[in-house]
Amino acid sequence: MKPYHSLIFEISQSDRSAVDLPDSDVDTINLNDKFPNHLLRETEAELPEVSELQLIRHYTALSNKNYGVDSGFYPLGSCTMKYNPKLNEDVARLEGFNRIHPYQSTETVQGAMHLLYQLQEDLAVISGMDAVTLQPSAGAQGEWTGLMIAKKYHQQNGENRSKVLVPDSAHGTNPASAAVAGFETVTIPSNADGLVDVEALKAHVDHDTAALMLTNPSTLGLFEKDIVEIADIVHEAGGLLYYDGANANAILGKTTPGKMGFDIVHLNLHKTFTTPHGGGGPGAGPVGVVKELTPYLPVPRITKEGDQYRFHTDEPLSVGRVKGYYGNFGILVRAYTYIRTMGPDGLRQVSESAVLHANYLKKRLEPYFEAPYPQICKHEFVLSGINQKKLGVRTLDIAKRLLDFGYHPPTIYFPLNVEEALMIEPTETETKETLDAFADTMIQIAKEIEENPMMVLEAPHTTVIGRLDETKASRKPILRYTKQE
Amino acid sequence: MDLPNDLKYTDEHVWVREEGDFISIGVTDHAQDELGDVVFVELPEQGEQLSATDSFGSVESVKTVSELYTPVDGEVVKVNQALEDTPELVNESPYQQGWLIQIKPANPDQLKQLLDSQSYQKQLSEKE
Repeated sequence: MKPYHSLIFEISQSDRSAVDLPDSDVDTINLNDKFPNHLLRETEAELPEVSELQLIRHYTALSNKNYGVDSGFYPLGSCTMKYNPKLNEDVARLEGFNRIHPYQSTETVQGAMHLLYQLQEDLAVISGMDAVTLQPSAGAQGEWTGLMIAKKYHQQNGENRSKVLVPDSAHGTNPASAAVAGFETVTIPSNADGLVDVEALKAHVDHDTAALMLTNPSTLGLFEKDIVEIADIVHEAGGLLYYDGANANAILGKTTPGKMGFDIVHLNLHKTFTTPHGGGGPGAGPVGVVKELTPYLPVPRITKEGDQYRFHTDEPLSVGRVKGYYGNFGILVRAYTYIRTMGPDGLRQVSESAVLHANYLKKRLEPYFEAPYPQICKHEFVLSGINQKKLGVRTLDIAKRLLDFGYHPPTIYFPLNVEEALMIEPTETETKETLDAFADTMIQIAKEIEENPMMVLEAPHTTVIGRLDETKASRKPILRYTKQE
Repeated sequence: MDLPNDLKYTDEHVWVREEGDFISIGVTDHAQDELGDVVFVELPEQGEQLSATDSFGSVESVKTVSELYTPVDGEVVKVNQALEDTPELVNESPYQQGWLIQIKPANPDQLKQLLDSQSYQKQLSEKE
């Protein structure tokens, strides 16, 4: 018998069915009379035919193979895989939020409108910006929206600035968003401390610079201490400063992008504000801007008149609509629930604990793995597997070995400016026991590499499937199931 | 690590073979080893004008994407079409079948700045 985790097509047996459909009470029509021949199928569609119990067991088997924050530790650097409180789900399921439709007239959904308006206000305070749009449906779309705002702003000033500066430690989405928005990207190297090289920045900034995109703390988990000087350099040349909020989990209630001198900010609600990462979305990447850029925000925008909320579109300088309706509403409800549950003191505590946890783990692991940047880190840190590589074991092998212990591995081979990189972000929601158990495991793996490297080179040993052939999957992908007769 | 003596090298891990008026270039054995299994190679079109320091394409492996840099200005005269379907040639035969493009250098003086195999080897060992 085929195991339940096989493809549902492989489990299929003809003439089984998981549902009993009622007899049709309307006349059948002949498709041949309605459609031309070339639109009609010549053979029956091969749909899987399984019993209800087979169906349930198949999908339950698949779901049991899933690994998420609810299953165990997930220190995937730069992704902020924190626990998403279940209260968020309760609130998102309230009828007033769950059973409304975006085409309803705004007078009938004032509660939802109030939530959106209030979330914008809260995110503006958290980011130090003057106005926020909730429309962008992901961080990368937020980046693109922000850059289109920058572009339109410069054009309005009679300038067609063509360049966006990006540090070499940046997320890959930064140069990608800049390219999609029609800019040329210029890479700014890091200095020996892993921070933006201010002299190199000065050499690259000119009157063609539309914006500098920066994450602070950076992808290396380091705070750009020269941020005010960096902001001045870019502003003096007439450029704008874009804050990638990917690492906002490190600064809540401590500082804001606004205080640092940024003009445009996106926040990833699925990272910092506990909305689900899973299944490819839906996400949310709200964008905040300073007063001068407010007219360029996407429409529609929400206004409050007296105690009534409404959408307005009359903004001649706006970059236009970037998302259908008004963002991913269910996700926005979850983020708002989280912010209101935590409050300002709670959010400050989030960042303090996130930073403490990262530094604790870093200190425990530093004697065993090279730490290219030994200074105090923020919410995440980067180790290098170069010493292990000399013994013939690479970072990929370490990541695979971690699977045997039931951990999701850290981010590997990123950032690109650290050789054999391992990027670890524990988040604030883990206990000290979890951090210690993970550190013990990493230390054990470091010892195995010295004493019994095959144990690591041949890992994983305990998963259902061992090493996948990633090369073949990329070179010769099989994207469609074909029935084996 | 294989480093043929008859080739020249750049510190961007590109090798150069002089062939009369033309040069062929590819990535070194060290580069292909660092990259891991190559799954896609993006190359310029024949006839395209390249300038040194500009990226002319990229090599994508399961691990990362790396930009490619030519050491000289010049025109692309030939492109290794085989890499479109068999990018693994970059791993299997970095100096022969895995070559990337052939260029007609616009300024042959630029070739004088290239490293010989010993100097490139020295650079690699300093990095280690």
